[in-house]
This record gives sequence, C-alpha cells and structure tokens, in this order.
Amino acid sequence: MSTEKKRNKKKNRTIMRSVILLLLVAAIGYTIYNSVTADEVEVLKVGDPAPDFTLTDLDGETHKLSDYKGQGVFLNFWGTWCEPCIKEMPAMANQYEVYEDQGVQVLAVNIAQSNFEVETFARQYGLNFPIVIDRDKSVMTAYNIRPLPTTMLVNPQGEIQRIVTGEMTEQDIAGFMEEIKPE
Amino acid sequence: MDKLICKCGHENPPGTVLCESCGRPLNEQEQNKQLADMRYEGTARRSQTYNKSIIDKIWNFFSSVKVGVGIIIVLLIAAALGTILPQKQYVPATTEADIEAYYTDIYGSVGTVYHALGFHDLYNSFWFIGLVGMLAISLIIASLDRFVPLYRSLKNQRVLRHSSFMRKQRILAEGPGDTDTLKKAEEKLADLKYKVSTDKNGLLAEKGRFSRWGPYVNHIGLIIFLFGVMLRMMPGFYVDETLWIREGETRAIPDAPGYVLESKGFTLETYTGEGEEEKFGEAIDRVGTVAKNYQTDVVLYKIPEGALPGDTADMEMVEEHAIRVNQPFKFDGYALYQMDFQQDELKTMSFALQNKETGESRGDLTIDLVNPETNYELEDGSVVELLGYYPDFSGFENGEPQTATPLPKNPGFLVKMTTPDTPDGETSFITIQNTVEPLGDNDYKLAFQGVETRDASGLTVRKDRTLPILGLGGLIFMIGVAQGMYFNHRRFWIQQQADGSILLAGHTNKNWFGLKKDLDQVTEHASLPAYRDQQEDMEAQEKREGEQLT
Repeated sequence: MSTEKKRNKKKNRTIMRSVILLLLVAAIGYTIYNSVTADEVEVLKVGDPAPDFTLTDLDGETHKLSDYKGQGVFLNFWGTWCEPCIKEMPAMANQYEVYEDQGVQVLAVNIAQSNFEVETFARQYGLNFPIVIDRDKSVMTAYNIRPLPTTMLVNPQGEIQRIVTGEMTEQDIAGFMEEIKPE
Repeated sequence: MDKLICKCGHENPPGTVLCESCGRPLNEQEQNKQLADMRYEGTARRSQTYNKSIIDKIWNFFSSVKVGVGIIIVLLIAAALGTILPQKQYVPATTEADIEAYYTDIYGSVGTVYHALGFHDLYNSFWFIGLVGMLAISLIIASLDRFVPLYRSLKNQRVLRHSSFMRKQRILAEGPGDTDTLKKAEEKLADLKYKVSTDKNGLLAEKGRFSRWGPYVNHIGLIIFLFGVMLRMMPGFYVDETLWIREGETRAIPDAPGYVLESKGFTLETYTGEGEEEKFGEAIDRVGTVAKNYQTDVVLYKIPEGALPGDTADMEMVEEHAIRVNQPFKFDGYALYQMDFQQDELKTMSFALQNKETGESRGDLTIDLVNPETNYELEDGSVVELLGYYPDFSGFENGEPQTATPLPKNPGFLVKMTTPDTPDGETSFITIQNTVEPLGDNDYKLAFQGVETRDASGLTVRKDRTLPILGLGGLIFMIGVAQGMYFNHRRFWIQQQADGSILLAGHTNKNWFGLKKDLDQVTEHASLPAYRDQQEDMEAQEKREGEQLT
C-alpha cells in the first residue's frame, strides 16, 4: 500500500472517530445541562416571550398581558400568607406612582385567594395598582412559579427581561422599573 | 505498524492472530498454542493496533472491556452510596438552602460532604450522568471495535483452511476416507440445516452465524434504552408532578397546558365486615379499619385552542371521571393517579351571635372559609361585619394578625358585631377556642356552633413519552440475549487430502455437546474417522499429571 493511501486512511479514521466521540460527548453534555437546569424555576428564561394571559382584577376589569405591549410590565406573584410579599407591596406602590407615567405597569397576581382577603389587604395597604386573582393557578403554572414572591419583569417588547425571586427593596424595585420602562 | 502478509499471500491488518483467509497462526505465541484462540476469529481488535493521536488514545480507552467493567463497578458503588442517606425528595425541606442545611443538621459533616458531592440527588448529579454517558460511549466504541473486524472475517471466510489452523481446533478428526465421503458428509450436513459450501477438495459447513451478533444487538438495545432515559430530561417528554386539589376547587393541571381539573369530591370507603364482606371481619377486628376504595371524582376541562391562561370563561368540559387507586384517569398522553389524601380540612364555620350575659342568641351565621363574605346580616337587623380573615393564623406582627399559609387550618377572624342593643358595634378577634376583645369588653360574642369540612386529594400527574423507546430498547436487548444464548454458531471444516485421508475440524462458540451430537450423526452417515475433543484430552492429561505428582 502506498504511503499516501495509508495517510489518507489514517486521516479518515481520525475524522470518523472524532465525529463519533464528538456526537456522544455532545449528547451527554446536553443531558447534563438539562438535568442541572431542570430543577430551577427558570423553565422560562430571560429573553423568552412572556406567556400571555388574561385575568380579572378586583374591580372586575380584565387585564391581558399583551395589551400592555409597548409598556414595561412589573408582574408580581404574591399571597397574603407570604411575609416578604407583604413587605414589598408598599414599596411597589410608591414606585408605581413614579413610573406609571413613564410607561411601567404593575400587575400583582394573587395566587388563588378569596376576594375578601385580597380586597381587605389592598384596602389596608392602600395599593394603587391593579391586583388580579389567579383562581385556578393556571397563570402560576404557565409561569412555573415556585417560591413567592416571584417577580417577572417584562420589557416593552413583551419579553422577559429579568426574573426575581425573593424580597425586593424599594431601591431594587426602582432599578427594575427603570430597566423595563420604554425608551 | 505494517500489514501482516501470510504465507498464503493474504494481507492481514496489523495485530491479526490468525490469517483471515487460511487460518494460519501469524505470530509465534499463537503457533506454540495447542488450541487456537477463536474468540474474535483471531482478528485484531482495531483499537489495539493503532495508538497514535489523542483521538485514537481516547478511542482505545473506551474500547477496553476492562474500562467498561470499571465504569459499571463505579456506578454500582455510587448507586449503593446513594441509598445510605435519603435522597433529597424524601427530605422535609423544599428550598436548596434548607435541603443543604438539613443534611448538615441531621447527619453532621458526613451529611455536608454527602450533599456537596451530589449524593443527595444522585441521578441528577452531573458526575453520575457523566458516568452513565461514559458507559454508553464504552458500549458503542467497544462494540464497533469488535463487531467490524468480526463481521469482515466471517463474511470473507474461506472454505479451505490451512491444516495448522484445523489441527488447532478443539474438535479434530483425522483418518482414511472413501471417494464419496465428502459427498455424503455434505448430504448429511445439509440435512442438519447447515449451510455447506465446497471448494476443490474441501467443504465448510456453517450454522447459526447470526448468534455471533447477539452481544452487539444486545448493546444496541441498551443504547436505545439509555437514549430513552436521556429524553426524559428534555421538556415535554416526561412529566411527574403532584397536584393537591380540594373538594370544589378548580385547578390548572401542572405541566399539562390547557387542561383544568375540578374536584367534585373525595371518598374513602372502608370494609364493613358485614354481609358479603364478612370474610374481612377478622382483619377488621385486628387492625380497626380496612380501606376498600380511595376515589376522587373529577371533571376535566380544556381551555379552547388560542384561549389564554386565566381565561376560564369558555373552557369546555371534556370528561367526568372517577380516579381510583391503580385506575388512573388517562387523557391525551397524561395520566392522573390517586396518590394521597387529606381528610377533614375546615371548609365553613358556624357561629351564633350571643349576648354574653343572658346567653340569648340573635341568630346564626356561617362563614365560608374558602370564600368569605364581608357582611352577615341576621334576621333582627344585627350585622356581623368581617374586617379581617386569616386562614392560618400564626400570631401578630406589629399588631397585625398574620397567616402562615393560605389554607384554613387555624382560621382567625376580626369581626365587628352590630346589634340593635349595640348600634356602635363591638370589635372582636376570634380564633379557635380563643377570643380577644381589643377595644374593651363587649356585650356580645360569636359562639362557635360547628364546622363543615372537606377533603383534599393528592394526585400525581404523569406523562411519559419515552415508554415506547424504553420498551423498544428492552425488546432489542432481549432479542440480543436470546440470539446469543439460545443459538450457537457451529462450523465444520472437512478436507480430503491427495492420499484420500480426511481432515476434519469443528468449532462452536458455545454448546459443544450439541456440536458433537451433530458430528456423531455425520460421522455415522459418511463413515468419517472418529473425532476427539482436544480440550478434554488436554484436561485429562493435566489431571493425570497432577495425580502422578501427588
């Protein structure tokens, strides 16, 4: 066999083996990546389009997420049993006053509580933003919300700009609203 | 390394032990052996022969059966260690930080290390998946490296083998023959379903070659199985969620977009021990109660195509169904299983508005703990106004009553009671067995009358699209096992020398008894010379030598 042929054969072998190994390693890598990320909340990822929904607020008005396109939406999931949720509510109300005119909409999504509880709470804290109740937890499921509070920051293009789990300070809230306000 | 050129002129790949064409031993070691190593037909395992670039070295590493077995042993040890402490889903903590703290608190530094190494969530730890992946690589590469040369060698086998090859086979016969011996042997072998090919003065009879592919088919099955397991981690292929639903509640089914479930009621039936069920009497006497049925009656709704989450106005009823243990509700690839229950959660509480002094009642009211109203008007004009409701009252913080969960486990009510006697109203904070009158003594109180309860059902939502793939992998695996175990690859080589004498060699990959039974029949029919089993001869000789020594 000539040396050239031999060299060709060896080259082919290396290419073949590299391709097979690469494919296998890629498959394993992808599996590990999936398993590591699967446990986290972020089945929705930053940059994904925010799933549309429609919920009714305490005044009977319907809020559809896609209607707020062009505005930043500060989407806060909460419940009255969740201490950090209660703490950040007044701060959200304060900042909403500042940013409402700049095109930032706050939507507080309560998780399947009764009208009475939510209304009493809103009145007590003088909340100025619309509060909608997710009665069958379908929006919670669509957003895969696990811990409360979770806040989804939706930019004017309708994409998720940031996912915040846990309590926010008033400063945080102001910063986040600044992030999603339209240009 | 260079090609090995056999005396017969055939070019063999480097590393070959027995010439692919005529079967002559190609190295000294093999020449000195009494019996030929027929494992892979004396072919070179491909990886052993080249060892040049890094790719080749990685390839060779995975090609080794020793490495494969090593990986399996490490996996077994890891899986065993994973059973020593509980896995994270059986730990009473939900957040990552709590779980980590739990292992440290309960098991000390061992627990800390256990958690740090990922043993608490073994099947999802990156190194465990990595090891399984390496096993898959090992399976594929080791099989390829052995299958390809074996296939080539069996495909190209020649009828006429060199006498040195034949004399090194375990079954060997030599002796005089007639002119029609080959013909008769061919007849009988064909009769025994052998595939016979002849060439000049020789014949090759072969049966069950496909049994040699058994191990490789088996490995393909395993790879498909592992692929199925891998798919489980992709979104949409595998769902395993828990849904707690209370009687009367309507809930979106987790990970089943567009589907909503309503619970009509949960039932727990027990055996009465009477009538037809008398046979259970003894067991009931012994353990108290014996459950007969756990059942959740549900209604499934589907949100119409294009409708949004939260838009429940025009969802369509799909089906009413009773979910029982082992009788899941199946729809659209999903299955809902009855897994758990919780009985007698509070649903409503009833009170009487009573004058504390006289005990006289002004009427009853019932508060729906799931959806309370603001005002409860009694017949004589008295009104109880609900100012605050705390379903799971957990104490005060900054003077504010708190609730720990959204479930009515320990309801607390802040009420204002107005009666014709007390037109200004009296405020009272009521919890179970306790009443606080924050604004001074009241004339009236809400006296507890009774409760209504409801049950909660714990359902498991499951979808598994990988089952057909796992099933296919398992089936192919079993076919491979059967192929390799229940069939054997039997071969005979017969040659008639110029002087008329017969040289016969036989080989099988397993079941030598069967091979000999076939050969007995052929020997009788074609008057072949008597054969001997060289391995048995060798063993017998070793035994004799051993006896002489003692």
